Amino acid sequence: MPSLKDMRNRINSVRATRKITSAMKLVAGSKLRRAQEYAEAARPYAAKMASMLANLAAAVRAQGEAPPLLAGTGKEDSHLLVVATADRGLCGAFNSSIVRAVRKRIEELKSQGKTVKLVCVGRKGRDMLRREYGDLIIEFLDGIAGKRRIGFADAERVAQKLLELFEAGEFDVATIVFNRFKSAMVQIVTFKQLIPVEAPEVAAESEGVRAIYEFEPDEERILSELLPRNLAVQIYGALLENAASEQGARMVAMDNATRNAGEMIERLTLRYNRQRQANITKELIEIVSGAEAL
Amino acid sequence: MAETLNVEVVDPERVIVSAAVEMVVLPGAEGDFGVLPLHAPLVSLLRPGVVSLFENGRPVRQFFVAGGFVEVSEQGCTVLAQGVEPLEEISRAAAEQALKDAEEDLADAKAPSEEERARLERAVAIARARLEAVSQAAS
Repeated sequence: MPSLKDMRNRINSVRATRKITSAMKLVAGSKLRRAQEYAEAARPYAAKMASMLANLAAAVRAQGEAPPLLAGTGKEDSHLLVVATADRGLCGAFNSSIVRAVRKRIEELKSQGKTVKLVCVGRKGRDMLRREYGDLIIEFLDGIAGKRRIGFADAERVAQKLLELFEAGEFDVATIVFNRFKSAMVQIVTFKQLIPVEAPEVAAESEGVRAIYEFEPDEERILSELLPRNLAVQIYGALLENAASEQGARMVAMDNATRNAGEMIERLTLRYNRQRQANITKELIEIVSGAEAL
Repeated sequence: MAETLNVEVVDPERVIVSAAVEMVVLPGAEGDFGVLPLHAPLVSLLRPGVVSLFENGRPVRQFFVAGGFVEVSEQGCTVLAQGVEPLEEISRAAAEQALKDAEEDLADAKAPSEEERARLERAVAIARARLEAVSQAAS
Protein backbone atom coordinates (compact mmCIF):
# COMPACT_ATOMS: atom_id res chain seq x y z
CA MET A 1 0.00 0.00 0.00
CA PRO A 2 1.57 3.29 -1.07
CA SER A 3 1.55 5.97 1.58
CA LEU A 4 -0.35 9.18 1.09
CA LYS A 5 2.87 11.03 0.41
CA ASP A 6 3.82 8.56 -2.33
CA MET A 7 0.48 9.04 -3.98
CA ARG A 8 0.79 12.80 -3.80
CA ASN A 9 4.17 12.60 -5.48
CA ARG A 10 2.77 10.35 -8.15
CA ILE A 11 -0.07 12.75 -8.91
CA ASN A 12 2.32 15.66 -9.13
CA SER A 13 4.57 13.84 -11.50
CA VAL A 14 1.70 12.93 -13.82
CA ARG A 15 0.60 16.56 -13.69
CA ALA A 16 4.04 17.68 -14.77
CA THR A 17 3.99 15.21 -17.64
CA ARG A 18 0.61 16.47 -18.73
CA LYS A 19 1.95 19.99 -18.80
CA ILE A 20 4.77 18.92 -21.06
CA THR A 21 2.62 16.95 -23.45
CA SER A 22 0.05 19.69 -23.75
CA ALA A 23 2.78 22.22 -24.49
CA MET A 24 4.22 19.88 -27.12
CA LYS A 25 0.80 19.56 -28.63
CA LEU A 26 0.47 23.30 -29.00
CA VAL A 27 3.92 23.62 -30.48
CA ALA A 28 3.25 20.81 -32.94
CA GLY A 29 -0.02 22.50 -33.87
CA SER A 30 1.63 25.76 -34.82
CA LYS A 31 4.48 23.97 -36.60
CA LEU A 32 1.93 21.96 -38.49
CA ARG A 33 0.26 25.09 -39.76
CA ARG A 34 3.57 26.44 -40.95
CA ALA A 35 4.58 23.16 -42.54
CA GLN A 36 1.30 23.04 -44.40
CA GLU A 37 1.83 26.55 -45.72
CA TYR A 38 5.23 25.60 -47.04
CA ALA A 39 3.89 22.50 -48.69
CA GLU A 40 1.13 24.59 -50.23
CA ALA A 41 3.58 27.20 -51.50
CA ALA A 42 5.73 24.59 -53.19
CA ARG A 43 2.87 23.09 -55.14
CA PRO A 44 2.60 25.48 -58.13
CA TYR A 45 6.21 24.89 -59.09
CA ALA A 46 5.92 21.14 -58.82
CA ALA A 47 2.70 21.10 -60.83
CA LYS A 48 4.17 23.21 -63.61
CA MET A 49 7.32 21.12 -63.62
CA ALA A 50 5.26 17.98 -63.99
CA SER A 51 3.31 19.28 -66.94
CA MET A 52 6.45 20.54 -68.65
CA LEU A 53 8.10 17.21 -68.11
CA ALA A 54 5.11 15.40 -69.51
CA ASN A 55 5.28 17.45 -72.68
CA LEU A 56 9.00 16.98 -73.05
CA ALA A 57 8.91 13.30 -72.30
CA ALA A 58 6.25 12.77 -74.92
CA ALA A 59 8.25 14.73 -77.47
CA VAL A 60 11.48 12.92 -76.73
CA ARG A 61 9.88 9.53 -76.64
CA ALA A 62 8.41 10.19 -80.07
CA GLN A 63 11.98 10.50 -81.29
CA GLY A 64 12.98 7.35 -79.46
CA GLU A 65 16.00 8.68 -77.58
CA ALA A 66 15.42 9.05 -73.87
CA PRO A 67 18.11 9.63 -71.25
CA PRO A 68 18.52 6.93 -68.57
CA LEU A 69 17.01 9.13 -65.87
CA LEU A 70 13.78 8.98 -67.81
CA ALA A 71 13.92 5.58 -69.45
CA GLY A 72 15.80 3.68 -66.75
CA THR A 73 18.89 1.58 -67.15
CA GLY A 74 16.98 -1.14 -68.89
CA LYS A 75 17.05 -3.48 -65.92
CA GLU A 76 15.76 -3.38 -62.40
CA ASP A 77 18.02 -5.63 -60.38
CA SER A 78 19.08 -3.12 -57.87
CA HIS A 79 16.67 -1.02 -55.87
CA LEU A 80 17.37 2.02 -53.80
CA LEU A 81 14.95 3.06 -51.12
CA VAL A 82 15.14 6.59 -49.81
CA VAL A 83 13.66 6.41 -46.34
CA ALA A 84 12.42 9.79 -45.17
CA THR A 85 11.62 9.91 -41.49
CA ALA A 86 11.76 12.42 -38.69
CA ASP A 87 14.76 13.20 -36.54
CA ARG A 88 12.71 13.00 -33.38
CA GLY A 89 10.35 10.60 -31.77
CA LEU A 90 7.23 11.21 -29.69
CA CYS A 91 5.05 11.42 -32.74
CA GLY A 92 2.93 8.33 -32.50
CA ALA A 93 3.31 5.74 -35.20
CA PHE A 94 4.81 8.19 -37.65
CA ASN A 95 8.31 6.74 -37.86
CA SER A 96 7.45 3.15 -37.12
CA SER A 97 4.82 2.97 -39.84
CA ILE A 98 7.35 4.09 -42.42
CA VAL A 99 9.93 1.66 -41.12
CA ARG A 100 7.42 -1.17 -41.12
CA ALA A 101 6.50 -0.50 -44.74
CA VAL A 102 10.17 -0.33 -45.66
CA ARG A 103 10.90 -3.65 -43.96
CA LYS A 104 8.09 -5.28 -45.83
CA ARG A 105 9.29 -3.87 -49.12
CA ILE A 106 12.87 -4.96 -48.47
CA GLU A 107 11.76 -8.51 -47.80
CA GLU A 108 9.59 -8.53 -50.90
CA LEU A 109 12.41 -7.32 -53.09
CA LYS A 110 14.87 -9.70 -51.53
CA SER A 111 12.58 -12.64 -52.10
CA GLN A 112 12.51 -11.65 -55.76
CA GLY A 113 16.28 -11.87 -55.75
CA LYS A 114 16.94 -8.17 -56.09
CA THR A 115 19.54 -6.17 -54.29
CA VAL A 116 18.32 -3.45 -52.01
CA LYS A 117 20.15 -0.40 -50.81
CA LEU A 118 18.99 2.24 -48.42
CA VAL A 119 19.54 5.95 -48.12
CA CYS A 120 18.20 7.35 -44.89
CA VAL A 121 17.04 10.91 -44.51
CA GLY A 122 16.17 11.52 -40.89
CA ARG A 123 17.76 10.01 -37.86
CA LYS A 124 14.89 7.88 -36.58
CA GLY A 125 14.63 5.80 -39.70
CA ARG A 126 18.30 5.04 -39.64
CA ASP A 127 18.28 4.12 -35.97
CA MET A 128 15.41 1.73 -36.43
CA LEU A 129 16.76 0.08 -39.56
CA ARG A 130 20.37 -0.06 -38.56
CA ARG A 131 20.15 -3.19 -36.48
CA GLU A 132 18.53 -5.36 -39.10
CA TYR A 133 19.71 -3.82 -42.32
CA GLY A 134 22.81 -1.94 -41.27
CA ASP A 135 24.78 -3.33 -44.19
CA LEU A 136 22.22 -2.05 -46.68
CA ILE A 137 22.39 1.55 -45.58
CA ILE A 138 24.81 3.20 -47.94
CA GLU A 139 24.12 6.79 -47.06
CA PHE A 140 22.69 8.77 -44.21
CA LEU A 141 21.80 12.41 -44.64
CA ASP A 142 21.46 14.20 -41.36
CA GLY A 143 20.10 17.52 -40.29
CA ILE A 144 17.32 17.85 -42.83
CA ALA A 145 14.17 16.58 -41.18
CA GLY A 146 14.77 18.51 -37.98
CA LYS A 147 14.97 21.91 -39.57
CA ARG A 148 12.51 24.67 -38.88
CA ARG A 149 12.01 25.10 -42.55
CA ILE A 150 13.16 22.58 -45.07
CA GLY A 151 14.76 24.57 -47.84
CA PHE A 152 14.99 23.59 -51.46
CA ALA A 153 18.74 23.44 -50.99
CA ASP A 154 18.26 20.45 -48.67
CA ALA A 155 16.28 18.62 -51.30
CA GLU A 156 18.97 19.43 -53.82
CA ARG A 157 21.53 17.87 -51.52
CA VAL A 158 19.60 14.63 -51.48
CA ALA A 159 19.05 14.78 -55.22
CA GLN A 160 22.74 15.38 -55.82
CA LYS A 161 23.61 12.33 -53.79
CA LEU A 162 21.15 10.19 -55.70
CA LEU A 163 22.46 11.39 -59.04
CA GLU A 164 26.01 10.55 -58.03
CA LEU A 165 24.98 7.08 -56.96
CA PHE A 166 22.95 6.61 -60.11
CA GLU A 167 25.80 7.66 -62.34
CA ALA A 168 28.10 5.31 -60.47
CA GLY A 169 25.68 2.55 -61.36
CA GLU A 170 24.79 1.80 -57.77
CA PHE A 171 21.12 1.21 -58.48
CA ASP A 172 18.57 0.94 -61.25
CA VAL A 173 15.41 2.06 -59.55
CA ALA A 174 15.04 4.62 -56.79
CA THR A 175 11.95 5.03 -54.66
CA ILE A 176 11.30 7.47 -51.87
CA VAL A 177 9.25 6.43 -48.88
CA PHE A 178 7.44 9.09 -46.92
CA ASN A 179 4.18 9.87 -45.20
CA ARG A 180 1.70 11.67 -47.37
CA PHE A 181 -0.21 14.24 -45.40
CA LYS A 182 -3.93 13.67 -45.65
CA SER A 183 -5.05 15.38 -42.49
CA ALA A 184 -3.66 15.89 -39.02
CA MET A 185 -5.14 12.51 -38.12
CA VAL A 186 -4.34 10.54 -41.23
CA GLN A 187 -0.99 10.06 -42.86
CA ILE A 188 -0.48 7.56 -45.59
CA VAL A 189 2.80 5.81 -46.12
CA THR A 190 3.64 6.38 -49.76
CA PHE A 191 6.19 4.89 -52.12
CA LYS A 192 7.06 7.17 -54.97
CA GLN A 193 9.39 6.15 -57.74
CA LEU A 194 12.02 8.77 -58.46
CA ILE A 195 14.32 7.14 -60.97
CA PRO A 196 13.41 6.34 -63.67
CA VAL A 197 10.93 9.17 -63.60
CA GLU A 198 7.39 8.06 -63.78
CA ALA A 199 6.48 10.42 -66.55
CA PRO A 200 3.20 12.08 -65.78
CA GLU A 201 0.69 11.50 -68.52
CA VAL A 202 -0.27 14.44 -70.64
CA ALA A 203 -3.84 15.36 -69.93
CA ALA A 204 -6.07 14.14 -72.73
CA GLU A 205 -7.49 17.50 -73.73
CA SER A 206 -4.06 19.04 -74.17
CA GLU A 207 -3.09 16.27 -76.56
CA GLY A 208 -3.51 18.57 -79.53
CA VAL A 209 -1.70 21.47 -77.91
CA ARG A 210 1.37 19.46 -77.14
CA ALA A 211 2.46 18.97 -80.68
CA ILE A 212 3.06 22.62 -81.39
CA TYR A 213 5.40 23.45 -78.55
CA GLU A 214 8.65 24.91 -79.68
CA PHE A 215 11.70 23.89 -77.75
CA GLU A 216 14.72 26.05 -77.31
CA PRO A 217 17.56 25.06 -77.51
CA ASP A 218 16.21 21.53 -78.11
CA GLU A 219 14.32 18.84 -76.25
CA GLU A 220 17.31 16.86 -75.17
CA ARG A 221 19.22 19.74 -73.68
CA ILE A 222 16.21 21.01 -71.83
CA LEU A 223 15.50 17.53 -70.61
CA SER A 224 19.04 17.04 -69.37
CA GLU A 225 18.56 20.14 -67.20
CA LEU A 226 15.01 19.43 -66.28
CA LEU A 227 15.37 15.85 -65.08
CA PRO A 228 17.84 16.44 -62.25
CA ARG A 229 15.83 19.48 -61.29
CA ASN A 230 12.66 17.48 -61.30
CA LEU A 231 14.28 14.92 -59.04
CA ALA A 232 15.02 17.62 -56.49
CA VAL A 233 11.50 18.97 -56.80
CA GLN A 234 9.98 15.55 -56.20
CA ILE A 235 12.18 15.03 -53.17
CA TYR A 236 11.39 18.49 -51.90
CA GLY A 237 7.68 17.79 -52.18
CA ALA A 238 8.05 14.51 -50.34
CA LEU A 239 10.11 16.08 -47.57
CA LEU A 240 7.59 18.84 -47.08
CA GLU A 241 4.70 16.39 -46.94
CA ASN A 242 6.69 14.38 -44.48
CA ALA A 243 7.37 17.40 -42.29
CA ALA A 244 3.68 18.29 -42.19
CA SER A 245 2.78 14.68 -41.44
CA GLU A 246 5.30 14.53 -38.63
CA GLN A 247 3.80 17.54 -36.91
CA GLY A 248 0.29 16.24 -37.48
CA ALA A 249 1.16 12.87 -36.01
CA ARG A 250 2.89 14.49 -33.07
CA MET A 251 -0.05 16.73 -32.40
CA VAL A 252 -2.43 13.78 -32.29
CA ALA A 253 -0.06 11.70 -30.19
CA MET A 254 0.43 14.49 -27.69
CA ASP A 255 -3.30 15.16 -27.55
CA ASN A 256 -3.88 11.54 -26.63
CA ALA A 257 -1.09 11.63 -24.10
CA THR A 258 -2.55 14.74 -22.50
CA ARG A 259 -5.95 13.14 -22.29
CA ASN A 260 -4.55 9.95 -20.80
CA ALA A 261 -2.60 11.93 -18.26
CA GLY A 262 -5.79 13.77 -17.32
CA GLU A 263 -7.64 10.50 -16.78
CA MET A 264 -4.81 9.15 -14.75
CA ILE A 265 -4.77 12.21 -12.54
CA GLU A 266 -8.49 11.83 -11.91
CA ARG A 267 -8.10 8.20 -11.01
CA LEU A 268 -5.16 8.82 -8.74
CA THR A 269 -6.85 11.74 -7.04
CA LEU A 270 -9.91 9.62 -6.33
CA ARG A 271 -7.78 6.90 -4.86
CA TYR A 272 -5.81 9.42 -2.86
CA ASN A 273 -8.96 10.96 -1.37
CA ARG A 274 -10.39 7.57 -0.50
CA GLN A 275 -7.20 6.61 1.19
CA ARG A 276 -7.10 9.84 3.11
CA GLN A 277 -10.64 9.40 4.27
CA ALA A 278 -9.99 5.80 5.28
CA ASN A 279 -7.04 6.96 7.31
CA ILE A 280 -9.09 9.62 9.08
CA THR A 281 -11.86 7.11 9.83
CA LYS A 282 -9.33 4.67 11.15
CA GLU A 283 -7.81 7.28 13.42
CA LEU A 284 -11.24 8.30 14.68
CA ILE A 285 -12.11 4.69 15.48
CA GLU A 286 -8.84 4.34 17.32
CA ILE A 287 -9.56 7.43 19.40
CA VAL A 288 -13.16 6.45 20.12
CA SER A 289 -12.38 2.88 21.03
CA GLY A 290 -9.47 4.13 23.12
CA ALA A 291 -11.82 6.42 25.01
CA GLU A 292 -14.34 3.63 25.48
CA ALA A 293 -11.75 1.34 26.90
CA LEU A 294 -11.03 3.75 29.71
CA MET B 1 -4.22 46.46 -78.02
CA ALA B 2 -5.43 45.89 -74.53
CA GLU B 3 -4.37 42.26 -74.53
CA THR B 4 -2.33 41.26 -71.51
CA LEU B 5 -0.15 38.32 -70.75
CA ASN B 6 -0.42 36.35 -67.54
CA VAL B 7 3.00 35.93 -66.06
CA GLU B 8 4.00 33.77 -63.15
CA VAL B 9 7.45 33.65 -61.69
CA VAL B 10 7.79 30.68 -59.35
CA ASP B 11 10.69 29.22 -57.49
CA PRO B 12 10.55 25.86 -55.74
CA GLU B 13 9.60 27.41 -52.43
CA ARG B 14 6.89 29.85 -53.45
CA VAL B 15 5.17 31.87 -56.14
CA ILE B 16 7.12 35.08 -56.43
CA VAL B 17 4.92 37.08 -58.69
CA SER B 18 1.74 36.47 -60.59
CA ALA B 19 0.52 39.32 -62.73
CA ALA B 20 -0.95 40.34 -66.04
CA VAL B 21 1.45 42.49 -68.03
CA GLU B 22 2.08 43.76 -71.50
CA MET B 23 5.32 42.00 -72.21
CA VAL B 24 8.03 39.92 -70.57
CA VAL B 25 11.67 39.87 -71.56
CA LEU B 26 13.52 36.70 -70.65
CA PRO B 27 17.17 35.66 -70.68
CA GLY B 28 16.89 32.62 -72.92
CA ALA B 29 19.74 30.16 -73.20
CA GLU B 30 20.29 31.31 -76.75
CA GLY B 31 19.69 34.99 -76.26
CA ASP B 32 17.19 37.31 -74.67
CA PHE B 33 13.71 37.28 -76.05
CA GLY B 34 10.47 39.06 -75.42
CA VAL B 35 7.11 37.40 -75.00
CA LEU B 36 3.96 39.27 -75.99
CA PRO B 37 0.40 38.06 -75.62
CA LEU B 38 -0.54 35.29 -78.08
CA HIS B 39 3.04 34.13 -78.35
CA ALA B 40 3.46 30.69 -79.86
CA PRO B 41 3.81 27.85 -77.32
CA LEU B 42 7.41 27.52 -76.30
CA VAL B 43 9.62 25.84 -73.76
CA SER B 44 13.06 27.26 -73.19
CA LEU B 45 16.02 27.09 -70.88
CA LEU B 46 17.11 30.24 -69.12
CA ARG B 47 20.62 31.41 -68.47
CA PRO B 48 21.51 33.63 -65.51
CA GLY B 49 20.09 37.03 -66.25
CA VAL B 50 17.24 39.44 -65.76
CA VAL B 51 13.54 38.80 -66.18
CA SER B 52 11.67 42.04 -66.83
CA LEU B 53 7.93 42.60 -66.74
CA PHE B 54 6.83 45.47 -69.00
CA GLU B 55 3.88 47.75 -68.57
CA ASN B 56 3.23 50.70 -70.89
CA GLY B 57 6.48 50.11 -72.66
CA ARG B 58 8.64 50.34 -69.53
CA PRO B 59 9.96 47.66 -67.23
CA VAL B 60 7.95 47.75 -64.02
CA ARG B 61 9.48 44.84 -62.21
CA GLN B 62 12.79 43.16 -62.73
CA PHE B 63 14.18 40.01 -61.22
CA PHE B 64 17.54 38.40 -61.40
CA VAL B 65 17.35 34.65 -61.95
CA ALA B 66 20.23 32.22 -61.66
CA GLY B 67 18.66 29.90 -64.20
CA GLY B 68 15.57 27.88 -64.84
CA PHE B 69 12.95 27.19 -67.46
CA VAL B 70 10.14 29.06 -69.09
CA GLU B 71 6.99 27.73 -70.59
CA VAL B 72 4.81 29.86 -72.82
CA SER B 73 1.38 28.50 -73.54
CA GLU B 74 -2.06 29.77 -74.35
CA GLN B 75 -2.66 30.37 -70.66
CA GLY B 76 0.33 32.62 -70.31
CA CYS B 77 3.97 32.57 -69.46
CA THR B 78 5.38 30.61 -66.55
CA VAL B 79 8.94 31.06 -65.37
CA LEU B 80 10.29 28.24 -63.25
CA ALA B 81 13.29 29.97 -61.83
CA GLN B 82 16.00 29.28 -59.33
CA GLY B 83 17.76 31.83 -57.19
CA VAL B 84 15.30 34.64 -57.82
CA GLU B 85 16.04 38.08 -56.41
CA PRO B 86 14.28 41.35 -57.13
CA LEU B 87 16.86 43.43 -58.96
CA GLU B 88 16.47 46.45 -56.72
CA GLU B 89 17.38 44.35 -53.69
CA ILE B 90 20.82 43.41 -54.91
CA SER B 91 23.50 45.86 -53.89
CA ARG B 92 26.36 46.42 -56.20
CA ALA B 93 28.96 45.96 -53.50
CA ALA B 94 27.44 42.65 -52.46
CA ALA B 95 27.35 41.45 -56.05
CA GLU B 96 31.01 42.40 -56.53
CA GLN B 97 31.94 40.61 -53.36
CA ALA B 98 30.00 37.52 -54.40
CA LEU B 99 31.79 37.41 -57.73
CA LYS B 100 35.15 37.77 -56.03
CA ASP B 101 34.31 34.98 -53.61
CA ALA B 102 33.16 32.70 -56.39
CA GLU B 103 36.31 33.36 -58.40
CA GLU B 104 38.45 32.70 -55.36
CA ASP B 105 36.63 29.47 -54.68
CA LEU B 106 37.38 28.37 -58.20
CA ALA B 107 41.02 29.41 -57.97
CA ASP B 108 41.47 27.80 -54.56
CA ALA B 109 39.99 24.46 -55.49
CA LYS B 110 42.90 22.09 -55.64
CA ALA B 111 42.55 19.43 -58.27
CA PRO B 112 38.77 19.55 -58.34
CA SER B 113 36.88 16.73 -59.92
CA GLU B 114 35.26 17.49 -63.21
CA GLU B 115 31.85 17.96 -61.64
CA GLU B 116 33.23 20.10 -58.86
CA ARG B 117 34.92 22.29 -61.40
CA ALA B 118 31.76 22.61 -63.47
CA ARG B 119 29.83 23.56 -60.37
CA LEU B 120 32.34 26.26 -59.39
CA GLU B 121 32.50 27.63 -62.89
CA ARG B 122 28.77 27.82 -62.94
CA ALA B 123 28.78 29.72 -59.67
CA VAL B 124 31.23 32.23 -61.16
CA ALA B 125 29.08 32.64 -64.26
CA ILE B 126 26.02 33.28 -62.12
CA ALA B 127 27.86 35.77 -59.95
CA ARG B 128 29.17 37.58 -63.02
CA ALA B 129 25.73 37.78 -64.60
CA ARG B 130 24.37 39.08 -61.33
CA LEU B 131 26.92 41.85 -61.16
CA GLU B 132 26.29 42.74 -64.78
CA ALA B 133 22.57 42.90 -64.13
CA VAL B 134 23.09 45.27 -61.23
CA SER B 135 25.48 47.55 -63.10
CA GLN B 136 23.11 47.76 -66.02
CA ALA B 137 20.19 48.59 -63.80
CA ALA B 138 22.20 51.35 -62.15
CA SER B 139 23.24 53.03 -65.36
